[in-house]
Amino acid sequence: MSNLTLTRRSPHIEARSWLEPVQAMLRLSFRGGPEAIAAASTSFGVALPTTACRAASHGARSALWVGPDEYLLLAPESDDISVRTALTASLAGIAHSIVDISHRQAAFLLKGPHAEWLLGSGCPLDLDLAAFPVGMCTRTVYMKSEIYLWRTAADVFHIETWRSFTPYVVDHLVDAARECAA
Amino acid sequence: MLVIHCPYCGPRPEPEFAHGGQAHIARPQDPTTTTEDDLLQFLYLRENPRGLFRERWRHARGCGRFFNAIRDTTTDFFVTTYKVGERPELPGGAA
Amino acid sequence: MKARTTAGGRVERAKKVRFTFDGRAYEGLAGDTLASALLANGVHLVGRSFKYHRPRGVLGAGAEEPNALITVIRDEARRTPNLRATQVELYDGLVAESQNRWPSLEFDVGAINSVFSPMLPAGFYNKTFMWPRSWWFKVYEPKIRAAAGLGVAATLPDPDTYAQQFVHCEVLVVGAGPAGLTAALSAASSGARVILCDEQSEMGGSLLSERNATIEGVPASEWIAKTLETLSANPRVRVLPRTTAFGYFPHNNIGLSERITDHLASPPTHLPRERLWQVRATEVVLATGGIERPLIFPGNDRPGVMLASAARTYANRYGVRVGERIAVLAGCDAAFEAALDLSAAGSTIAVIADARPAGSVDGPGILAAKAAGLRILPNATALGVTGKLRVTGVLLGIVGADGQVVSGETIACDAIVMSGGYTPSVHLHSQSRGKLSFDEALGAFVPSTTAERTRSAGFGRGVSGLMAALQDGAIIGAEAAAAAGFAGGSLTVTAQALDAALSGSPGALPQLAGPIPPAKAFIDFQNDVTTRDIALAQREGFESIEHIKRYTTTGMATDQGKTSGLNALGIVADSSNRRIAEVGLTTYRMPYTPVTFGAFAGPARGDQFDPVRRTPSHEWAVARGGVFEDVGNWKRTRFFPVGGEDMHAAVNRECVAVRSSVGMFDASTLGKIEVVGKDAAEFLNRFYVNNWSNLGVNRSRYGILCRDDGFVYDDGVIVRLAEDRFHVTTTTGGAARVFGMMEDYIQTEWHDLSVWITSTSEQWSVVAVQGPKARDVLAKLTTDIDLSAAALPHMGVARGHIGGVPTILMRVSFTGELGFEVNVPAEYGSALWEAIYAAGQEFGITPYGTEAMHVLRAEKGYIIVGQDTDGTLTPDDAGVAWAIGKTKRDFVGKSGMDRPALKAPGRKQLVGLLTDDPSVVLEEGAQVVLTPNQPIPFKMVGHVTSSYFSANLGRSIAMAVVAGGRAKMGETIYVAMPGGDIPVKVVSTVFYDPQGARLNV
Repeated sequence: MSNLTLTRRSPHIEARSWLEPVQAMLRLSFRGGPEAIAAASTSFGVALPTTACRAASHGARSALWVGPDEYLLLAPESDDISVRTALTASLAGIAHSIVDISHRQAAFLLKGPHAEWLLGSGCPLDLDLAAFPVGMCTRTVYMKSEIYLWRTAADVFHIETWRSFTPYVVDHLVDAARECAA
Repeated sequence: MLVIHCPYCGPRPEPEFAHGGQAHIARPQDPTTTTEDDLLQFLYLRENPRGLFRERWRHARGCGRFFNAIRDTTTDFFVTTYKVGERPELPGGAA
Repeated sequence: MKARTTAGGRVERAKKVRFTFDGRAYEGLAGDTLASALLANGVHLVGRSFKYHRPRGVLGAGAEEPNALITVIRDEARRTPNLRATQVELYDGLVAESQNRWPSLEFDVGAINSVFSPMLPAGFYNKTFMWPRSWWFKVYEPKIRAAAGLGVAATLPDPDTYAQQFVHCEVLVVGAGPAGLTAALSAASSGARVILCDEQSEMGGSLLSERNATIEGVPASEWIAKTLETLSANPRVRVLPRTTAFGYFPHNNIGLSERITDHLASPPTHLPRERLWQVRATEVVLATGGIERPLIFPGNDRPGVMLASAARTYANRYGVRVGERIAVLAGCDAAFEAALDLSAAGSTIAVIADARPAGSVDGPGILAAKAAGLRILPNATALGVTGKLRVTGVLLGIVGADGQVVSGETIACDAIVMSGGYTPSVHLHSQSRGKLSFDEALGAFVPSTTAERTRSAGFGRGVSGLMAALQDGAIIGAEAAAAAGFAGGSLTVTAQALDAALSGSPGALPQLAGPIPPAKAFIDFQNDVTTRDIALAQREGFESIEHIKRYTTTGMATDQGKTSGLNALGIVADSSNRRIAEVGLTTYRMPYTPVTFGAFAGPARGDQFDPVRRTPSHEWAVARGGVFEDVGNWKRTRFFPVGGEDMHAAVNRECVAVRSSVGMFDASTLGKIEVVGKDAAEFLNRFYVNNWSNLGVNRSRYGILCRDDGFVYDDGVIVRLAEDRFHVTTTTGGAARVFGMMEDYIQTEWHDLSVWITSTSEQWSVVAVQGPKARDVLAKLTTDIDLSAAALPHMGVARGHIGGVPTILMRVSFTGELGFEVNVPAEYGSALWEAIYAAGQEFGITPYGTEAMHVLRAEKGYIIVGQDTDGTLTPDDAGVAWAIGKTKRDFVGKSGMDRPALKAPGRKQLVGLLTDDPSVVLEEGAQVVLTPNQPIPFKMVGHVTSSYFSANLGRSIAMAVVAGGRAKMGETIYVAMPGGDIPVKVVSTVFYDPQGARLNV
């Protein structure tokens, strides 16, 4: 059975006017100190933000601040080899950690005029544009699930959950959206 | 639901945090010289003050960092929060 | 609608609304509450009281209502009991029923309680229902509940939906009366985010009940409309009617309960019934107004006796006359204003009995009443009423200069309205831990110092008069916004109103002298507490108002003393010769008014109550009838029944299949943590009890984790993926807490280590393939991994591919058989499961669940942390001391487990137990004793931790912790059971293949 190919099955997220599944991508958990952050910024091609709770993007690659020494690096899956090769080379001899968490999480976009309201049905953060501006990102909670939250536009949030929590989060959002439909 | 100032992320809602008990409990460094009394102090004996209390929190569902706080146990108001390794004075010069 | 006025008010006279009350059909108007509609139909009798089943009428017009508690029924699943009729908005087809009566409201058998009332004083329950003790829950509790009670809740699941919403603002204004509206206007003018909520259907508060007030030169109703227009046009303002601020939580977190569809005849299905708002406000303005107090006199609870403010509201807002001939009892200037309004609505004012202490200065209300020619009887008091289901008259007394009361005339009337003065609604201020001080002039408590960032405004802090309240609101609103960083808000406003004074003297009206206070002068209508109960409590030695509250139940439960609190204090103060300020105040509890369970539960119900985490094999297992169990939030397949098997049969088959051929098991839920850094091995050395420095790359080892107290905390296999990279597995339930504990030691103890951890629990899907044919199955799936025993020995790890997907293949076994755990990136997990199942067909591969997994590991004596250990076992107690790295200087738990008590002889140790009768399966948790038939209490020496029937061994097996157990090998001890003590032999925990020959093949 050498010709066996395993089929990939991503968590099913039904697209809606306000909900858009995000295709599979490369996700790396990057950990390291200032030197590693500087080196990774160069090789990854995105300056890893040193301001708390901020994300930066260049092209299709993004770096999200998660903690003072922790970043979520996002890139197209097709960049897998090139990203890892470049990071490994630039970080040689510098203390750091890179762990592949591409499959740990699933992502979707929450968008439209009700996005902020829908998120407020389970997220206790102040999501007003002044308090949570475009480009802000953080780990937080939605209902009983941890989520990664990243505002990519005034009315668009990029949300990631651990894969087994995705149905729970999406179903609650769908629930909350019922009254916005009419 | 309290608002807790994470020293890294700023004011955030309590559900993002995990409480970590009394702060500044030093773990005995050398098992060969650790006495039973040291262990008693380290493992079990904790303050339960009425008033200001130094305690640990972890921004578990945020940046993941442990940090310390001074909280008034009678009001649930925080005097301050600070990073591991720091130790600001209490107002009034108390310990 | 015989009591309806011809014009005026805020009801829509052209829109008739039909409803039923206790099965009788009535007609009301759009804009009515159930109470106003009933009163418009001349219905005063609406309920029976809690304890004495006294007939009760409508006392108030809003949240303060203690009597008119009714049940609204939409259908069998939608019965809402204990609603205040004064807050139930009428809709077409509304069905309401009275409560606490049988067989009918007019004739209630339970009213016999009233006859026996001398035997039902305060503390009656505490004194009477004491013996026998066994009757507490079986007899007394249910009987008391049935006899004294409120409405009955629906027993069907609630079909409605409930929403919850977090929301933030700079200024939350609670209450949309005059002060609240101007507070919101001035705060909003600063640009701050403002939320204005009010419990009523319409914003306006007391303004909605005004007849002649003008603001900014226009009638109050016009000004309200204009104000709401301004507020609604501001995108940073949210106006929430039908929304009660019920609780003030720390750090300016305020709970609001919004009723969204209860007022609609046909609620749209897409709307939630209610929404629980969790507001985080930088600053809060409490513009909660006040509540009028009843006067305390005998019979003050009879239907037809009502608060003057309520009567005024019914006349001015709803166009309803509460009586044709009304007696007014004035303990406050406001009663005169009410008399004028009631007179204007067409009622005859029989008398205004002025019960205020002699020497009061005539306020604007009394002057206007005099000018209108109303009959005023000074120095009056009420000695009783006539009429039972509705008042027919009031017996007045005259208070002489010496304070003695003499009987006066009986005035015929069909309604009595009373005003004992107004109490600022300080519930929320008090909940926020704000302090109160007694305002002697007002005769009530007002907010003094605050604990939270909160301000009271208007009458909520004792500011009386329309103009003053409006201006106070404007100033406080601007202050609040400025404190939140939005300076510059302001508002000027002028107004004209009668502005009767709202002060009064809490306590009972003077009565004819006598040793015992007259019966049935009610203080707390909802809880049926009379002046006599308070006197009794004091006679029995209760001095603290907190004790009196609990002994008499005054001010308790859903009412929270809205109408009764201050009067109770006044009576206690009078009879103990203290000032009210000295008596003090009981603490107000949330909720201000009841909140439904639905609102608190919100959308977290059914499948959405908790996250349901599903494994890669979930759908496959569902399709094959797999039976699941909850492990944390995970659904794990417990067993896979075939052809109608029960669990026992399925588990036996699965267990035998694994040992005879091959089985497969979804192990994806195991916690996984990747530990990376040049000090990764040193970190694990310090963290786990084992030594990790000598673990080679692509090798694995079973690790034991203790807490610093030396007790076993978690376990799992740890793989060295590279010199500086480990793949750590934890128990399913321990994943999050082990991760947190690792972070703790990395961040707060071992700053010298260069190491990071990352959770990979959900990065990897894991299928365990176990059994003598496991290698044969996997050989069909992989081309680049050498599965031979030489290349991949027990505890070896290989990296390669399966089906083109990168794989970590661990040769590990939790069954004692040749076994592998196949790790692939999670999104390939379900395909991997299917591929292994397909490849295993020729070997009869058998999927097995957690139950078989438990049996198989128990046959081998492998422990499950949390089942065979309970947080009080050291590694030695659990029989895994061999795992401890003996040469390590320190690790978590080293000093702890070295304490003398943890090494003392006679500690409970994990051993195996075999019953003499091989068919007897012991109960897990059963107590172990050394000898049978001991006198009770038995000396218990341990308990059974794991117990199963082993199909492979053809007999039962068990593990237990037994004091000094390892020294008792071969001895017979007993497991104590109700049916008799069961003899068991102490044996090794390894029941199957003790040499481990089957592992190393």
